[in-house]
Amino acid sequence: MDRFHEKDISGCGIIGIMEQSGKRFSGRDIITSIASMRERANGLGGGFAAYGIYPEFKRDWCFHMMFENKSAMVQTEEYIRDNYKIVKDEIIPTKEDKSIKYRPLLWRYFLQPKEEKKKLHYDITEEDFVAKTVIEINTRISGAFVASSGKNMGVFKGVGYPEDIGRFYRLEEYEAYIWTAHGRFPTNTVGWWGGAHPFGLLDWSVIHNGEISSYGINKRFLLNYGYVCAFFTDTEVITYLFDLLVRKHKLSFEVAADILTAPFWDDIERQSEEKREISQALRIIYGSALVNGPFSVIVANTNTMVGLNDRIKLRPLVAATSGNKLYIASEESAIREVCPTPDEVWMPKAGEPVIGRLKGKNG
Amino acid sequence: MAKRPTPTEFIIERDEGKCIACQVCVRMCSNDAHSYDPETDTVTSDSTKCVGCHFCETICPTGAIIIKRNPSEFKLNANWSAQVIRNITKQAETSGVLLTGMGCDKPYPVYWDHIVLNASQVTNPSIDPLREPMELRTYIGRKPDRIELTAHSPQSTEKNKIPSAMDYRLLTKLSPQLKLETPILFSAMSYGSISLNACISLARAAKEIGTFYNTGEGGLHKDLYEYGAHTIVQVASGRFGVHREYLEAGAAIEIKIGQGAKPGIGGHLPGEKVSEEISQTRMIPVGTDALSPAPHHDIYSIEDLKQLIFALKEATRYSKPVGVKISAVHNVAPIASGIVRAGADFVAIDGLRGGTGAAPTVIRDNVGIPIELAIAAVDNRLREEGIRNQASLIAAGGIRSSSDVIKAIALGADAVYIGTAALVAMGCNLCQRCYTGKCNWGIATQDPYLTKRLNPDIGTRRLVNLLRAWSLEIKEMLGGMGINAIESLRGNREQLRGVGLSDTDLKLLGIKPAGEAW
Amino acid sequence: MVKRIYIREEYCMGCRLCEVHCLVQHSKTKNIIKAYKGEYPKPIPRIIVEEKGYVSFALQCRHCEDAPCLEACITGAMYRDKKTGAVLCDEDKCIGCWMCIMVCPFGVISRNIEGKKIASKCDLCVGEEVPVCVKNCPNEAIVCEEEK
Ligand code: SF4
Ligand code: SF4
Ligand code: SF4
Ligand code: SF4
Repeated sequence: MDRFHEKDISGCGIIGIMEQSGKRFSGRDIITSIASMRERANGLGGGFAAYGIYPEFKRDWCFHMMFENKSAMVQTEEYIRDNYKIVKDEIIPTKEDKSIKYRPLLWRYFLQPKEEKKKLHYDITEEDFVAKTVIEINTRISGAFVASSGKNMGVFKGVGYPEDIGRFYRLEEYEAYIWTAHGRFPTNTVGWWGGAHPFGLLDWSVIHNGEISSYGINKRFLLNYGYVCAFFTDTEVITYLFDLLVRKHKLSFEVAADILTAPFWDDIERQSEEKREISQALRIIYGSALVNGPFSVIVANTNTMVGLNDRIKLRPLVAATSGNKLYIASEESAIREVCPTPDEVWMPKAGEPVIGRLKGKNG
Repeated sequence: MAKRPTPTEFIIERDEGKCIACQVCVRMCSNDAHSYDPETDTVTSDSTKCVGCHFCETICPTGAIIIKRNPSEFKLNANWSAQVIRNITKQAETSGVLLTGMGCDKPYPVYWDHIVLNASQVTNPSIDPLREPMELRTYIGRKPDRIELTAHSPQSTEKNKIPSAMDYRLLTKLSPQLKLETPILFSAMSYGSISLNACISLARAAKEIGTFYNTGEGGLHKDLYEYGAHTIVQVASGRFGVHREYLEAGAAIEIKIGQGAKPGIGGHLPGEKVSEEISQTRMIPVGTDALSPAPHHDIYSIEDLKQLIFALKEATRYSKPVGVKISAVHNVAPIASGIVRAGADFVAIDGLRGGTGAAPTVIRDNVGIPIELAIAAVDNRLREEGIRNQASLIAAGGIRSSSDVIKAIALGADAVYIGTAALVAMGCNLCQRCYTGKCNWGIATQDPYLTKRLNPDIGTRRLVNLLRAWSLEIKEMLGGMGINAIESLRGNREQLRGVGLSDTDLKLLGIKPAGEAW
Repeated sequence: MVKRIYIREEYCMGCRLCEVHCLVQHSKTKNIIKAYKGEYPKPIPRIIVEEKGYVSFALQCRHCEDAPCLEACITGAMYRDKKTGAVLCDEDKCIGCWMCIMVCPFGVISRNIEGKKIASKCDLCVGEEVPVCVKNCPNEAIVCEEEK
């Protein structure tokens, strides 16, 4: 488990594409787009998140699993069977790719929690029950890793250049309304399939370029609210922060961004009195959730895709729209690669979120 | 019976070639160590009277004086040091409790000096505080678990425009908070233990910097009311000078249970120090000893403390934070947790090396635990219980530099109190004779000959300089770590590493050893 | 602009360093050790520290607007410097009659009998940016400000 216990430090290329109407499209574009940022990866990690890919199972929790060996799979299945009804399970289809040398056993499960098991934890929601399962498997069963655990979505990731990983998983055969992709340049972690991005928990997926200097306190802040950071990665911390602020504290993504990349006190002084009162209160209450250090991040859940930059924009982030499509990427060229003439292209300001929403939803 | 002389601690050396017999030293030494002989027109010294405050050395216009430790040596003995022999001799002579001033001077490990900080290289750019904003602002007070907002203009989804916090109304009512522009406050030092000029210097500096000073248990002199917005008023076991206007004058109230230099014992201001002004401020007759009992006689348990906290909150209509100061003792973590649960808005913890105006040496040097371990233990405990946000943590006792400050914050403190460092800024050289009331620097004294030696304009300026310098250094260190707001360092122990500490120490401090990556 | 020396007696600690530095400034060598140990006539300070109980303050010529010493001086040794407004004593012209000493309401002119008898007084340290007593007072108990 030792590779879990080294903090993840990497430089990266990231991109997200969302069709805000909810219309699904194939994974071909996202592969093309991330391939154009090959320079930002070093072949030690690539991955994708896709939303809307399992419409026929949209009520079931879908676990994308990675097993290092058969016994990890047996143990995991035993644990899952104890707590869930398995609606369906199958190998995740892949295609030979000569650049992908080693790969773990890749399997997916569509699950429904057992009523009687949920009742044992009568005081927690179904989401919390599933989250508990994920953390349990990831920390207790050696050789087993849950790559994603949402509904109607999945994370596909591994060691290799992202475009190779995408072809390996045959992503051009899937259709989704949100695609995000990540090419990784890790500086310390030896390539490990589970360690690639996106990080997924429930229907959250997070891809991220940067390094978070506030990690130590963000982690302890989350502990105060019952989140145990098991992977020592920045993406994990960002995921939990969003889960806490948006899902549990019911704040909007805009307010969550005002917490994670809070405006400077000097800027707050210049705000209208009403706004200042809120901004001050946010910083006073959620100071330990401020995320410091250089980063750009794309967070997605079922209804939303959000791009966010650190407080002084130390990492690149560009956004563009074309019709209902929203693009967020490290580089404009990655967007133009698949959308040569966008309606609008802009550089989001430091700490200002770019938010895509499914039309008719308010996520 | 003739008194057997104890060997002198210091030797006054005068360079006769330089001494011009101006008698400045003669006039200035409050211990009368120097004298002038008109017959020979020379100045001579009596080393036995010297306490080693270095005032004469500082002020002699020709640099003719050097104060040295007495090189006369007892037979080398690891157990029976010169200090031990001197103390026994003194007690055999006087049969008294040995008194001292300032903080513990025993060579217990100073954990600050075994902790190192991180800095960014390549993967994470460092930030230049002179070019980019670097924020030290800190709020002391109770924070709620979460914020409650209501949407107030729902149609704010204009394309790609950000409906930010302004589209909401704040439902959460925040408890009163103290706003600090730098996470450093001046520790409790009472008017009585220190001079009014020293109090004025602290108050003015706190105002200029945007922080707070603390009255200690001596009440509030009428000249200090104007600095109320930067004052923490203390309520201690003696309740000296505590009345309605006093409580209302301060920005916050601190209930003093204990002090790092003398955990478990009360205070004693000798009657000689109780002048007319002090008697008015403390509300006691002139010339009577001001004795604060060891415990508060209305607090014999945590429930009683809760009652006092809420009595004070009621009395001030919940308009200001009420905190509790304790000394760092073995059980500090559960005690602090109890204090937070009793409703305190902040907990101040004073460690083993915390200073005092007067304490029995044996208590000062042997009771309590170092502040570093106390911060780590309390912060951990409050987080384990999920109540860390309910109170702020102020660490005190032996904070000597900006690096101590930043390490204390990374370990988990919200801010620090400085006492000794502030006195040193005003001139103090730690001769540890505060209890004699003869402080040559005009700090720990009420003698009108001496108090005027501290010009509050100078005192204020030096304190402001010190805090500015430390704040700048803190910003530099933060920038080096790639952090631009102090809250991202608070409790961020990943930025610390231990050097030369045992596994147990590292575990207690919650930090990794140097050499271990993230 | 006329510079004035203001006294803040509440902070004067009576160390008399102002006197020491004044003396050195008005010595021939301006070297503190020589001024005290090797100069004849012995220089004397032009500032005087007054003490009573714990109250002390350093006093020197006020450079009065309506200076009685100027009126009283029979040789014209006492004069006002046009540029600085300071009242100065031309020691070459001074014959040591000490009329000025009689009339000075502040008692800040001293008899100097170390060499030729003359009246000795504060000259605001001609040529110095700040008078040395002010510069060297460790507690800022005398300050020099332009007259308001
Ligand atoms: S102050 Fe210095 S020069 Fe003056 S008498 Fe004392 S030792 Fe001598
Ligand atoms: S007590 Fe202080 S002033 Fe007096 S001789 Fe010693 S060092 Fe000098
Ligand atoms: S130097 Fe300053 S403090 Fe000392 S006697 Fe002169 S005026 Fe007073
Ligand atoms: S010497 Fe005396 S009278 Fe003459 S200007 Fe000075 S203070 Fe006034």
